[in-house]
Amino acid sequence: MELLYALTLGVLTTCGVYLLLRARTFTVILGLTLLSHAVNLYLFASGRLVAGAPAIVGLAERAADPLPQALVLTAIVIGFAMTAFVVVLALKAAVELRNDHVDGENPDEDRA
Amino acid sequence: MPLALIILLPLTGACLPALMRGQSSRLLAAVAAIPATLTLLILLSWLPHMAAGGEAVVQRLAWLPSLGLDIAFRLDGLGLLFALLITAIGCLILLYARYYFEGSATSARFFTLILLFMAAMLGIVLSENLLFMLVFWELTSLVSFLLIGYHTHDHAARLGARMSLVITGGGGLALLAGVVLLGEAAGSYELSAVLAAGERLRDHEHYALMLNLILLGAFTKSAQFPFHLWLPHAMTAPTPVSAYLHSATMVKAGLFLVARLHPALGDTAPWFHLVTLTGMLTLMVGAFVAMFMHDMKGLLAYSTVSHLGLVMLLLGLGTPMAVAAALFHLVCHALFKAPLFMMAGYVDRATGTRDMRRINGMWRFMPALMGLSAVSAAAMAGLPLMSGYLSKKMLFAESLQVTAPDWAVVVIPLWVTLAALFSVAYSIRIFHNVFFNGRPIDLPVWPPTSPRAAALSPIALLTLATLLVGLAPQAFYAGLVHPAFAAARQAMVTPYDIAALGGRVPMLMSLFALAGGVLFYHWRDPLFRLHARLPQVDAKEIFDWLMRRTIALSQRRVFQLENGSLQRYLTFIMATVVVLVGLALGGVTHWHGGAALSPLDPLTLLAAVLLCLSAIGVVVFHHHRLPALLLLGVSGLFVTVTFARFSAPDLALTQLMVEVMAVVIMMLALSFLPQTSPRGSTRLRMGRDLAIAGLMGVGVAAFSFAILTRPQQTIADFFLANSVPGGGGSNVVNVILVDFRGFDTLGEITVLGIAALAVFAFTRDLHLKERVVETNPAHWVAEPYPIMLRTVARLVLPIALLVSAYIFLRGHNLPGGGFIAGLITAVALTLQYMAGGLVWAQARMLTAFRPLIGAGVLIATATGLGSWLFGFPFLTSAHGHLHLPLVGEVELATAMLFDLGVYATVVGATLLILANLGKLMTVAGPGEEIG
Repeated sequence: MELLYALTLGVLTTCGVYLLLRARTFTVILGLTLLSHAVNLYLFASGRLVAGAPAIVGLAERAADPLPQALVLTAIVIGFAMTAFVVVLALKAAVELRNDHVDGENPDEDRA
Repeated sequence: MPLALIILLPLTGACLPALMRGQSSRLLAAVAAIPATLTLLILLSWLPHMAAGGEAVVQRLAWLPSLGLDIAFRLDGLGLLFALLITAIGCLILLYARYYFEGSATSARFFTLILLFMAAMLGIVLSENLLFMLVFWELTSLVSFLLIGYHTHDHAARLGARMSLVITGGGGLALLAGVVLLGEAAGSYELSAVLAAGERLRDHEHYALMLNLILLGAFTKSAQFPFHLWLPHAMTAPTPVSAYLHSATMVKAGLFLVARLHPALGDTAPWFHLVTLTGMLTLMVGAFVAMFMHDMKGLLAYSTVSHLGLVMLLLGLGTPMAVAAALFHLVCHALFKAPLFMMAGYVDRATGTRDMRRINGMWRFMPALMGLSAVSAAAMAGLPLMSGYLSKKMLFAESLQVTAPDWAVVVIPLWVTLAALFSVAYSIRIFHNVFFNGRPIDLPVWPPTSPRAAALSPIALLTLATLLVGLAPQAFYAGLVHPAFAAARQAMVTPYDIAALGGRVPMLMSLFALAGGVLFYHWRDPLFRLHARLPQVDAKEIFDWLMRRTIALSQRRVFQLENGSLQRYLTFIMATVVVLVGLALGGVTHWHGGAALSPLDPLTLLAAVLLCLSAIGVVVFHHHRLPALLLLGVSGLFVTVTFARFSAPDLALTQLMVEVMAVVIMMLALSFLPQTSPRGSTRLRMGRDLAIAGLMGVGVAAFSFAILTRPQQTIADFFLANSVPGGGGSNVVNVILVDFRGFDTLGEITVLGIAALAVFAFTRDLHLKERVVETNPAHWVAEPYPIMLRTVARLVLPIALLVSAYIFLRGHNLPGGGFIAGLITAVALTLQYMAGGLVWAQARMLTAFRPLIGAGVLIATATGLGSWLFGFPFLTSAHGHLHLPLVGEVELATAMLFDLGVYATVVGATLLILANLGKLMTVAGPGEEIG
């Protein structure tokens, strides 16, 4: 299971980073979201993988590590706020610069 | 009396003229004179103590003890001599400036800067801590920069200011490095400790480096060859500045440093060679160039360079007598050079030019000024009975005392005699050329008017001092210079008998220089013609060329790194991460940490495969944005499932809600942005990016595997054990959020609120609809608000709100809480927006989202503050059980109030973001503000 989890993280990271390096704002936002999934899952994993043991006192014999969960919970919410902010930035850039290239000025796809 | 007062008086006094902008120079000078005179009085009160051979006084105030940085002041003979020089001449300069700036409405800046400079200079000479001294050292460079560029509209002044800043500032950096080396080697930055550690320092492995760096700082400041360049170009400053900073005081700071540190660093071969040779070169170059200058201030500037070289040479020789002569001459120089500068300033004012080929015969117009300048010029030339004569004789005597190395025995006496010859010649020249030598030629201002008698008072006072030193050298030496000498040598010695020094040979050398100088001046015309035929090497051009090259080079480098391409930056960042982390992880031998792997079940495998596939799908279809977005939603759902699978119900609920909101927001954005991304990347580029991304993926996978298979050490047990007794809740995640780590959460909801406000601010003036490119509207449904959705949404709302309330209330004990309940509420309300449209929802809803965010943060903060009322630290929670009829046992914790704040912020922020983004898409555009 651990190996599978790690591999999944690797795939998510690869996809996220690759999209992050593209030249269009929307694609970058997609990449950012994937990457933040990977990061959240990674942080979560620092509490190790435990099944059927939510961190609720008295519910099960053992409990998962609650601390990474609490950290990731706020990370998810803030990540959402940041995504929204980047989306607005992208919209604003698209309006002001009349194209959705990340550099806002070069209609060619790639720049050196 | 606290020594700090000596520095604080001019420092605070500097504010006074700044507050009196536009006043007359008379009033400003009077105001500025108050702190300066007070400082002078304090210093004079110390004079008897020091003249009687008193101990050095050290006062300290701990500042950053961990860095060895104290505010520590030290007053000893050397410091007092310099401090007196700085303050006394400073007072006279203020007096001079009162007349110099007469009629100028903008002189307040000058008086402020001059007092600031005085404070900085006093700081240098009175600091006990070397690091502390450096602060003042830099301050003098900065003030000098501002004063040289005083005439900001003058291009030459700006260039001169920049040059001086580059050279002295660069030297300051070298000095900083040198002092740090010195302090580390000596084990302390305190001057007393450094001076006592001389043996250790001279044997230190970094001695040469340390010495070079410190001397570099001193040489640049004291305009030693080849760094002398900045001083002549600093003459664009107003004359009071030239007289004060660039002749009497600031340029002496380097000499002060060398004199101060020579017990610690001196008496070695490198010291002798570096300091003596630099001094010799500077002495000669300055004297030679001065001889051929036609600009009055230029001549004085180069002669200053020459005299600075002379003092440096004496300090390099390092014999006790030479150091005494150096200090003696340093004071004499300040006394005769400052009035000469003042004279030049008045003549410049009166004639409108500084060119000595045109200014001639001024004795007719300003006889009093001529009489006074005669004394100073004679002292500069070193005529008998003048102060300069004694110091020059001491120089000659000392040059004959040199015994090693072999070359120096012959060269140094000849060298100094030749330099003295030049100095006699240029002294005669400035006096004779300006005041005699026929009649004035074509002056811009005619007729020249003599300055008022009162305006000559600062010159008269300084001239009087020069005369007194010449007439009673022994009293001057014993009372003022000798304590400084004793402090500089760190030894008690009986005062030398100045008048009886030397002997026949130095006197002959002196006479020879005098005669040679007179002859040289007499034959000046053919010599000038000869000089004019010499190839002109303008060091300024070399400097400018260096500056241009440096700037061009750094510009090229900057543009190479920073060309405005986000892709490039990200590639650099990612590649750096890959390389650095790769290097750090290279040493890991056991990726499997040893913990047993948990078994794999088919369902989990399926979910993981689907998660991976959806992520890969996003990449594959990213050119078609809508499918890519849908796949992104799928991957988010599987992340939710992952959380649920591994015992994190709170996370699963949060992720689910966030995913819904995020997809809705991106969908909104997509309705404006193009529906497809063009395919433009080259294959090479895609391959490179894939390689970087792949390497990062491999790294993350390997790293997480290594972590997952290693035994865990966690502080979770504390939270699990204290959740119920300490926080009053059994859902530990929620208790951590609202109680144990409540302060973090408070920060996080604040960030959330700020992000939402930023979205609000950005969308306010954004007009999308005007510029929307209508691309294939077939993507979008024909009926914007389907009836089915509308009906269901209205039915769902009360249920959803009920669920949200339930989730909120149970949050402390079971999965739920403010974050999740807030998101559920937000999603339920978002559904209304989607189903009924913005206008419809707007009409039926309270939309005070911004006040809601504020209220949420306030509630949370107030809950935290509440615990102060009961004498507990911020955000301490209390809880108790309450028995209510019908409802039964209810557990109440103040943490729930905090959670209410979280809830309100989350609802407010989410809806503020959504409503404002949605508003952009309406035909009406921004219109009325929402939220």
